[in-house]
Amino acid sequence: MTENAQWTHVCALTDILPNTGVCAKVGQAQVAVFRIVSPQGAEEGVFALGNFEPKSQANVLSRGLVGDLGGVSVVASPVYKNHYALTTGACLEEETLRVPVFAVRVVEGAVLVGAQQ
Amino acid sequence: MTVSSRPKLVLVGHGMVGQKFLEQLHAQSPDAFEVTVLCEEPRPAYDRVHLSSYFTGTTAEQLSLTPTDFFAGTGYTLNLGEGAATIDCAAKTITTTQGRTLSYDALVLATGSYPFVPPLPGKDRQHCLVYRTIEDLEAIAASAKQSKIGTVVGGGLLGLEAAKALKDLGLTTHVVEFAPRLMAVQIDDLGGRLLRRKIEQLGVTVHTQKNTKEIIDGETAHHRMVFADGGHLETDLILFSAGIRPRDELARASGLAMGERGGICIDNHCRTSDASVYAIGECALWEKKIYGLVAPGYQMAEIAAKAIAGDTATPFLGADMSTKLKLMGVDVASIGDAHAATPGALTYVYSDEVAGIYKKLVVSADSKTLLGAVLVGEAEDYGNLLQFALNAIPLAANPEDLILPTREGGAKKGLGVDLLPASATICSCNNVSKGALCSAIDAGNTSIGALKKCTKAGTTCGGCAPLVKQVLDAELKARGVTVNNFLCEHFAHSRQGMFHLIKMGSIKSFDEALIKHGSGRGCDICKPAVASILASVWNEHILMPKHQSIQDTNDYYLANLQKDGTYSVVPRIPGGEITPEKLIVIGEVGKKYGLYTKITGGQRIDLFGARVEQLPLIWKELVDAGFESGHAYGKSMRTVKSCVGSNWCRFGVQDSVGMAIKIEERYRGLRSPHKIKLAVSGCTRECAEAQSKDVGVIATEKGWNLYVSGNGGMKPRHASLLATDLDDATLVKFIDRYLMFYIRTADRLQRTSTWLDNLEGGIDYVKKVVCEDSLGIAAELEAEMQGLVDTYECEWKKAINDEETLKRFKHFVNSAEADANIQFVNERGQIKPRNALEKSTVGEPA
Ligand code: SRM
Ligand SMILES: Cc1cc2nc3c(=O)[nH]c(=O)nc-3n(C[C@H](O)[C@H](O)[C@H](O)COP(=O)(O)OP(=O)(O)OC[C@H]3O[C@@H](n4cnc5c(N)ncnc54)[C@H](O)[C@@H]3O)c2cc1C
Ligand code: SF4
Ligand code: FES
Repeated sequence: MTENAQWTHVCALTDILPNTGVCAKVGQAQVAVFRIVSPQGAEEGVFALGNFEPKSQANVLSRGLVGDLGGVSVVASPVYKNHYALTTGACLEEETLRVPVFAVRVVEGAVLVGAQQ
Repeated sequence: MTVSSRPKLVLVGHGMVGQKFLEQLHAQSPDAFEVTVLCEEPRPAYDRVHLSSYFTGTTAEQLSLTPTDFFAGTGYTLNLGEGAATIDCAAKTITTTQGRTLSYDALVLATGSYPFVPPLPGKDRQHCLVYRTIEDLEAIAASAKQSKIGTVVGGGLLGLEAAKALKDLGLTTHVVEFAPRLMAVQIDDLGGRLLRRKIEQLGVTVHTQKNTKEIIDGETAHHRMVFADGGHLETDLILFSAGIRPRDELARASGLAMGERGGICIDNHCRTSDASVYAIGECALWEKKIYGLVAPGYQMAEIAAKAIAGDTATPFLGADMSTKLKLMGVDVASIGDAHAATPGALTYVYSDEVAGIYKKLVVSADSKTLLGAVLVGEAEDYGNLLQFALNAIPLAANPEDLILPTREGGAKKGLGVDLLPASATICSCNNVSKGALCSAIDAGNTSIGALKKCTKAGTTCGGCAPLVKQVLDAELKARGVTVNNFLCEHFAHSRQGMFHLIKMGSIKSFDEALIKHGSGRGCDICKPAVASILASVWNEHILMPKHQSIQDTNDYYLANLQKDGTYSVVPRIPGGEITPEKLIVIGEVGKKYGLYTKITGGQRIDLFGARVEQLPLIWKELVDAGFESGHAYGKSMRTVKSCVGSNWCRFGVQDSVGMAIKIEERYRGLRSPHKIKLAVSGCTRECAEAQSKDVGVIATEKGWNLYVSGNGGMKPRHASLLATDLDDATLVKFIDRYLMFYIRTADRLQRTSTWLDNLEGGIDYVKKVVCEDSLGIAAELEAEMQGLVDTYECEWKKAINDEETLKRFKHFVNSAEADANIQFVNERGQIKPRNALEKSTVGEPA
């Protein structure tokens, strides 16, 4: 694990199974990182949200099922099944709920998580 | 105190019709009247039609017809336990049984009727009872406790229902009828003969043409009934069900016009001889007729509410007295002119004494119109025939086709609902026409549930429910709407359709299914649903990498997620049988990992509070000690509950534990649309509560009775009997077929109870498929199940031996630390999750 001011190397892309998430420790924060792959097998990017799910008050978001609803890429909380948009962290069902979004990128097969946006 | 300026309306009697009147009045003219209701009974209106279900567990609350907020919402005043004592029509006042005086501008009498008790010497002895109110039922239940033999006087519709109740209460049951046949009003001699035979097969003794002279002390029982022909019958309990009489005493005393044999005379708008007084329901006499059914009463309620509001456009013009009911499991229906009393009427009769079916059609002299019908033993055609009769739909060339059985492959006869005019009454109880259903469908009520709620069709006697469904389906089809039970936005297929596509197309992964039959990326609805189908069809290990992204967290970690992000561990304990050694292992593991332990409602032990990284360690110890996954986390076969059975219990007639273990081991790991629970009881005392399970097995002297589609949970359902006295092999065979049939055809997250309730043809259809192999798929279903049984593997055993799988059991991908947000406090000597207020939110990003 290498760390510099902006980016934390958390794992290899292949450590995340297609269309699942993992939880990474980034400083004191827990970050859920999702790897999205098309049904045909094409990589479509990684997304990072806070792992703390406000409705259940538990660190579980990385364990949610990903997918899309009405064209919006989402993850479903494994506890109460409320959905968060992968790009904005907004909860689709309850306006008042939102999780933070983190910068994330893949460099030479390594997943790097950056600052909270 | 302010004096209300609104006119006063008093309703006497808060029964079924009274309540319907209030609803109609509120709908017609919400605030026009100050309404006071006098309700003599101790509780507001309840469903008398389903009164008998009180004996099978329906509570008084469940029978209530009065929504809890009805009176608060309408501003009407309900006086419980206060009846009307006298009416002064001239002064327009009523005195109540509490001695109060109420004045009225409009008075509505809905006092119903009372059971007629023939004036026999001895009729008032103890344990001589009637069947009309909840209190009557309580008295019957109390009396039955001290009785062995029960006798119903009266073999009519209600009498037979009462006989069923006595039978259910465990009494040796007799029915004594004055007429030469049962249900003399509704059915004819041949039908009556068949009905009698069927009822006698059920263990009820029927005595016809018996005129009871007196009731005296018995020698072997409480009473002896002495008959006019010199014979007698000894019985402990007597239930009079010899007809009803209108409760017209109030009206009579106040001088309102009465019928010769009772009943308050009303006109076509339910007005009595006094213009301010209305009468509705079973106390009212219209054209010398009293209607002893609820549907005509409901019509009167609506007409009276309209008349009071000044709307006299629709008159009461009599009502249809057709009925369909299930008497002790025997279908009986009577339509219109069942006795061919119409001049020139002709009949068609079909009788199959082997199968126990009798059908008769009564047609007009030109055989163009259906006038009436009698159906005994099979009444599927009731809805169709009733529509022919009610709407005078011209009969086709061979009317007999309507009652002749169809041969295999024969076209479905009868009437498409499309043929019905919009004015056709579909639900007579609630007077809902086809047109009204169509408007409700137009307004967006496109599910059966919504349609029933909106129109009330099908909610009273339920007889019209199949027809309501047909109308809905036909209308949706006509509107080009396919009934949408699609999985979700990604798959335009039902679960049943997906099952078929996956099986036939040899589809082995979610992505493949999505590419071939779906769109988008999937979601948390379709992924687990497809995962479940893949598991049911191919039984590939759910831990295979290609299946991982579609498993719900419970299946991903093979444990149940709890509110704080920890998981629970439930080892399988087949049949609830466990050795002391194994109990000690569970205790040791619980102690070592500091888990909260609890005995579950499913006869096993749940260990709570395990963190993901602890799960493989815990399971390693359990698997080493011989435990297997209990699949508490899956939509899968859960437990087979058992009672101790014949090995120990002095009443047990079979080894229920042995059978429970055998079944649990057979179906362990089986994935299904929803969870499946089973139970085996060692005798009829049913200590394992098998009748509340998806599959319930109850031992008999000769083998096993098989019950299916029971449910506890949110909407309890008593299981339906599928087959009786099965040997071990047939029992397993039938369960295989039943479960596989359910797995193939149920919707997503549909328990077997709702599946059966929504299945056309219901339990009779399932019986045919499972026990008679009517679809010719039994061998296929058995083979499919055997395939799953043969490929069973313990998921946990496999997981702890696979390095790849073990990788996922850590909280952080980049650290071995635990989630610091999981914290416990102590309670009663064990852990419980620390609540949010007590918790330092370590894991929450700043
Ligand atoms: C542990 C247990 C309660 C207990 O401490 O006794 C339990 C716990 C849960 N039940 Fe249950 N049920 C448990 C016995 C029952 C029973 C009693 C029985 O099985 O005899 C019933 C009623 C019987 C029935 O199912 O017909 C029952 C009816 C439900 C229902 C309602 C199902 C329904 O059809 O109405 C749910 C909700 C659902 O499945 O959608 C449910 C759901 C749940 C869930 C899975 C809720 C959830 O998603 O977190 C609970 C988590 C289990 C866990 O281990 O974390 N549980 N649940 C029992 C586990 C039994 C076992 O050994 O496997
Ligand atoms: C066991 C059973 C099964 C039945 N099954 C069917 C069926 O399958 N289909 C069907 O159509 N019908 C059935 N019926 C008949 C149906 O229940 C009646 O037609 C319906 O209840 C009539 O409604 P009602 O309001 O006129 O009378 P009720 O429901 O009897 O209500 C009258 C109310 O008025 C009260 N009352 C009387 N006098 C006074 C007074 N002076 N002051 C205050 N209150 C008073 C009574 O206590 C009672 O609560 C069945 C009846 C029974 C008993
Ligand atoms: S169901 Fe029968 S055998 Fe089983 S414990 Fe109860 S009484 Fe005994
Ligand atoms: S006819 Fe009785 S509920 Fe519809």
